[in-house]
Amino acid sequence: MGERGKNDAMKHRKTNLEPLEPVAEKSENQEPMARPAATPHKPAARLGREVQARIGQQLRAMYNDVVNQGVPEHLADLVRRLSDQDQE
Amino acid sequence: MKLDPAIRDQVLGTVPSLRAFAISLCGNIDRADDLVQETLLRALAHIDSFQPGTNMPAWLFTILRNLFRSEYRKRRREVEDADGHYAETLKSHPEQTGRVEFEEFRAALAKLPSDQREALILVGASGFSYDDAAAICGCAVGTIKSRVNRARTRLADLLAIDGVDDFGPDRATRAVLAGGGRN
Repeated sequence: MGERGKNDAMKHRKTNLEPLEPVAEKSENQEPMARPAATPHKPAARLGREVQARIGQQLRAMYNDVVNQGVPEHLADLVRRLSDQDQE
Repeated sequence: MKLDPAIRDQVLGTVPSLRAFAISLCGNIDRADDLVQETLLRALAHIDSFQPGTNMPAWLFTILRNLFRSEYRKRRREVEDADGHYAETLKSHPEQTGRVEFEEFRAALAKLPSDQREALILVGASGFSYDDAAAICGCAVGTIKSRVNRARTRLADLLAIDGVDDFGPDRATRAVLAGGGRN
């Protein structure tokens, strides 16, 4: 909230997953706001980066879990049926 | 004149990711499939407005999102309830991740504002460019970038604060949990 209008339109190129790294660094910059990790062998700054990488993995795993179910039969039938009808 | 089979196959090929996106919006697999079905009906009825050679997934995602948004306005309360239970809607989980970790992630994702979650999924999971995601959501590219960044920062905070134990390096525990969660 409150941080609308932050316009960084030109910073990134068109790639989609590339910004993971810069974003991780950004969260390190904001470290005073984040609570430190409890584990002594894993500094908070590193946790930010690891969590960011993990977020990407988890997100894709969750998404691909559904993608890998393929096309349900009733939806495939629907598309085929409508495709065979005369188009206006 | 029947639909060009190449176009039909592009539509069919987009259905799996369309469902994944729909589930992330609805938080409910049955409503998601209804939404996908409605999207396909709408898309095929207006297939003339699709320009061959342009981005079929982006076109279909745009239709789906618009349908969802117009329905959302009608059924705001119901959808908010679905958002609240998003973490519990999908019981299955990929085998490569621990159950606790995975459900923790879903719970954190469910806490994001829907516009941030949507932007994060389009860019981080669906693999759309920021430009395409902006077109799908009908907003500026900078707005999408801002939402994605805020979503990632917020998720990292949620997972770092709440999830040190489950999200940490305890691979043995995670492996046991993952194994136990199967079947």
